[in-house]
Amino acid sequence: MIKKARKLGRGVAIVGAGMSKFGTFRGMSGRDLVVEAFKEMRASVDKGFDPNDIEALYVGNLSSDLFEGQAHTAPIIADWLGMIPKPATRIEDACASSGVALREGIIAIASGLYDIVLVAGVEKMTDLPTERVTDTLAAAADAIYELPAGFTFPGLYAAIATAHMKKYGTKIEHFMKVAIKNHDNGALNPKAQFNSSIRDIMASRMKKAEERGQPVPAWRDEMDFLNDPQANPIIAWPMRLFDCSPITDGAACILLAAEEIAKNFTDNPIYIIGAGQASDVALHQREDLTSITAAKVAAQQAYEMAGVKPQDIQIAEVHDCFTIAEIVATEDLGFFNPGEAPKAVEDGIMARDGAKPINTSGGLKSKGHPVGASGAGQVVEIWSQMRGEAGARQVRGKDITLALTHNVGATGGTCVVHIYERR
Amino acid sequence: MEQREFSGASFYQFLGEGKLMASRCKKCGTLYLPPKPLCTRCYSNEMEWAQMKGKGKLAAFTTIAVAPTLMMEEGYGRDNPYCTGVVELEEGPKISARILGVDAKKPEEIEVGTPLTVEFVERGEGEQKKTFLAFRA
Repeated sequence: MIKKARKLGRGVAIVGAGMSKFGTFRGMSGRDLVVEAFKEMRASVDKGFDPNDIEALYVGNLSSDLFEGQAHTAPIIADWLGMIPKPATRIEDACASSGVALREGIIAIASGLYDIVLVAGVEKMTDLPTERVTDTLAAAADAIYELPAGFTFPGLYAAIATAHMKKYGTKIEHFMKVAIKNHDNGALNPKAQFNSSIRDIMASRMKKAEERGQPVPAWRDEMDFLNDPQANPIIAWPMRLFDCSPITDGAACILLAAEEIAKNFTDNPIYIIGAGQASDVALHQREDLTSITAAKVAAQQAYEMAGVKPQDIQIAEVHDCFTIAEIVATEDLGFFNPGEAPKAVEDGIMARDGAKPINTSGGLKSKGHPVGASGAGQVVEIWSQMRGEAGARQVRGKDITLALTHNVGATGGTCVVHIYERR
Repeated sequence: MEQREFSGASFYQFLGEGKLMASRCKKCGTLYLPPKPLCTRCYSNEMEWAQMKGKGKLAAFTTIAVAPTLMMEEGYGRDNPYCTGVVELEEGPKISARILGVDAKKPEEIEVGTPLTVEFVERGEGEQKKTFLAFRA
């Protein structure tokens, strides 16, 4: 087999990034959400730019087909952004769609073909009833061999969780602590679908019960609330409601430019210095059910290209579609040894003021998970944090010059990792 | 063993006959479950069917309360959760299957490593009849 060190043909930088609010938006279609993200991205370009200078569009989207009855969505989005007749390409790699769209945009610029590329991610999920959303997402699993067994997406990650529990003694409480942390971050993110901490949610439920004259639940603390089967019902054991990312509408846009012209857009571009992508088999075909090999391989590629080590990364947005996924992600990325992420969560290492802040945006768990937009949404957070523009949730006491995103498709059939540098 | 296409359709047809079948490369002996029509290890096209004994152990599982349409049609859901999992066969390969003979309402009591035996679950009548792979504790 041929092995080679991979590098980009030329440098690529992010010169603008923006996202729509994530949540439930009746009457808004996917294309409308992209326009909202585009407007914010445009405003983020410090020196301004002419949208007519964009040469190509890459759109990450999982299933506008089933969610909106709209296939061939890329040229329509291009039209809504005034980009006709520029090439517009949709990328589908399940929930890694816009992480991979970013990668394709990077490759297109690195190849020399384009100088300025727009990357978008979008999903409009809430028009369908929950059961049909479950079925649509499940279609990203192996339809012939996984779905007839009755697996759902929460179910597949729940299975990973039981394997992790068995091998490393991970407890359900560890999963709950991931949820508490990510909600604490999301509470400070005005774009988040759940812009509230678990404590806020408890207080609002107690208030509602009081207003309705119902018995007011007396939870001692967040853990007590999360252990209450009424408040936090099982979806697929051991994953409960607050272990699962929500069903979300949303979009994100990233403007990429060749490194040599990046300063025409901003004095403070974010350079992409590492990129990796890998694939893996269906869950049941894996040797080890407690980690995602595609994530390890993609991370290895990205670290090698960037010439950095896991411990050099200061902050990361990782794919926490379920709480167990954040535990597995931080182990796969080499931030913690296998089996040691649960303790790191417990010790507050991944908190915003911890040694290794993870998912300062609130993660998919609290910010929301519009599947095709999530990868691009992660980049918007990194852009804000690295430029010191993350407002109330800005990581303090760190000059962030090195960050990472980790975006997973389904149970790890696809994983894409990027490493970012501020110079 | 008779020659059938090494496909998902054949896999389910065999299940209907009470057989759990993998494919095996005649050249290098690699076993594929689910069955593959091409040996992706040595790239030989020469494959044969191999019947699994149907013994294994539970490698990972979940009990599902928010069910997909397929399972809701069988009466499963919030009040009637079901167990599904990944089973590691004695022969080595793993496969997704429904898990029977455990109490899906008491997931804390279900254990990874539990020994399992294959079972074939039939649903529907006549033309609609389908067989699903299951394992019983």
